[in-house]
Amino acid sequence: MSTQPEVIRESDVSLHIRRVVSYIVLIFLACLCLFPFLFLIVYTTRSHVEIQQGFSLLPSKYFGYNFKNVMDYVQFPLYKGMINSAIVSFSATLLCVYFSAFTAYGVHVYDFKIKRGVYTFILMVMMVPTQVSALGFLDMVYAWNLDDTFWPLIIPSIAAPAIMFFMKQYMEASLPIEIVEAARIDGCNELRIFNTIITPILQPAFAVQAIFTFVGNWNNYFMPQLILTDKNKQTLPVLIALVRNASPSDDDQGKAYMYMALAILPVVIVYLFLSKFIIRGVTLGAVKG
Amino acid sequence: MATLRRRTVSYSKWGYFFIAPFFIVYALASFYPLASTFYFSFFKKLVKFGQDMGPTTFVGLQNFIDIFTPNPNGVIEVGKYAGNTFIIWIIGFIPQIIVSLLLASWFTDLRLRLKATGFFKVVIYLPNVIMAAAISFLFSSLFADTGPINQIMAAAQGADNFQIQIATGEVGFRFFASIPAARIIIAGINFLMWFGNTTIMLMAAIHGIDPTLYEASAIDGANATQIFWRITMPLIRPILLFVLVTSLIGGLQMFDIPNVLFQNGSGGVNATSRTLIMFLNQQMQGTRNYGRGGALSIVLFIIGGGLSMMVFYLMRDKDVAEERKRRKKSKGAKLL
Repeated sequence: MSTQPEVIRESDVSLHIRRVVSYIVLIFLACLCLFPFLFLIVYTTRSHVEIQQGFSLLPSKYFGYNFKNVMDYVQFPLYKGMINSAIVSFSATLLCVYFSAFTAYGVHVYDFKIKRGVYTFILMVMMVPTQVSALGFLDMVYAWNLDDTFWPLIIPSIAAPAIMFFMKQYMEASLPIEIVEAARIDGCNELRIFNTIITPILQPAFAVQAIFTFVGNWNNYFMPQLILTDKNKQTLPVLIALVRNASPSDDDQGKAYMYMALAILPVVIVYLFLSKFIIRGVTLGAVKG
Repeated sequence: MATLRRRTVSYSKWGYFFIAPFFIVYALASFYPLASTFYFSFFKKLVKFGQDMGPTTFVGLQNFIDIFTPNPNGVIEVGKYAGNTFIIWIIGFIPQIIVSLLLASWFTDLRLRLKATGFFKVVIYLPNVIMAAAISFLFSSLFADTGPINQIMAAAQGADNFQIQIATGEVGFRFFASIPAARIIIAGINFLMWFGNTTIMLMAAIHGIDPTLYEASAIDGANATQIFWRITMPLIRPILLFVLVTSLIGGLQMFDIPNVLFQNGSGGVNATSRTLIMFLNQQMQGTRNYGRGGALSIVLFIIGGGLSMMVFYLMRDKDVAEERKRRKKSKGAKLL
């Protein structure tokens, strides 16, 4: 009994030390994550000459100047890139979440012969990197004269195995078949059941997957840089890479930093508003322990 | 009875209707391209601006032999780029898994009771949603020869004319002229973008563990280290495996960051930071080399499948497998 208080005191001290250590590590990592963006924001306010002169985290007064330069950058038109990215990302997201739920619903609700096989197949192809079929896809895109159009970037999102897998899991947890049966008795046809009764139930799942699909499409670089060669059709990541390649010769670093900042801004804003929601969604599509 | 039956049949047919769009698009956008990639890998075919350059000829396995044959400098390019990809991946993954495990165990530690965990989670996940191309551009500016990092180093070393002194290597450090530094920067960006994601995955796994196990071990006097190694680690093994496999497959696809980090996707000093997908991308730029690109795609397809299968095999849960065996045996015994 006499040793008991001693043990407790000892563990209190070690707990205190552990707490201090973990806060130090956490603060260090948080700084590591925030510094690049803080740096980027400050550097959008500095002129090229100032940037050349030396490092400083004091904001300057060239924000407007850099902004105007980016807007006037006809070689790599940012606002067009933004519109293009928005068109591709919104359409792809819409198709992706709708048809993923559509497919998952087909597998979840109906008993047809190849149902098992279909689901297994989708799980199997979930992990296959898309790049392995890029060459054949590119050949098809050029053969059908779809280069410099958004179709090859939008339409394939209808077949997204990972999102379909998520939707199926969500349905298993929160879509009782009885709802479908009740609707059938009321004389509703199958497509209408899905569109008017099922989709509202799936809204939370739609919201989570829509955000991740949107961010994924907004940031997508590999396929767009192969398909989009016309500067008026290019999406933001493609333009970013081109600005990067041009940066030593077409040298205005203030403009370059502003370009990067504006390209990531929409996603940062979305993230700041929905961060809690996004973080909760991270684990939803993953395997269960 | 007959009508009821007919109705059931007609319902099940709706299943095909619902899965049709997915499979039509999958066949067109993934399966057919994969099959044609396979097909092209057996041909010599060069295309420029949509025009065939010379005749398309069947060459059998020659493309595969070619990509594994050393070039005049005695280097097997595929092997070199696979090595680059793997080295960069592992430099990023080791700190990623260690830091994520540490953070996840801290965040979920009931005795530690950390404050502001919500804020920290939001901050560490932030880099994951940012465009990789933009982060890469940002880091290429940060670590450039005359970039801010070198300016700080030069100032600390008391340079009087740093632009010239940095160029000559007198002060500062030319990060992109150094093979390890360039690779560490790429791996560092990968780490920065993914450790938050991994932390959140592992946290979810730890939350899934029965809390009574922790209570019992605390009552038995286990310390934090013992609890971590004896309870947390064995029970989150499936998620660890998932993280490892997905990270491996993600690593194999590494492209955006190294491609944007160096001008025109050069891949750094002697292409020591050129990844497999960058090499594949090269075959599809300018004059498209269908044969070599096809062969490379097939190799990537095999590596991807092989890697995930190997990891599954190596890390499969032996205890669970044995338990299952034992249960099967006991069931058999009962039946007897």
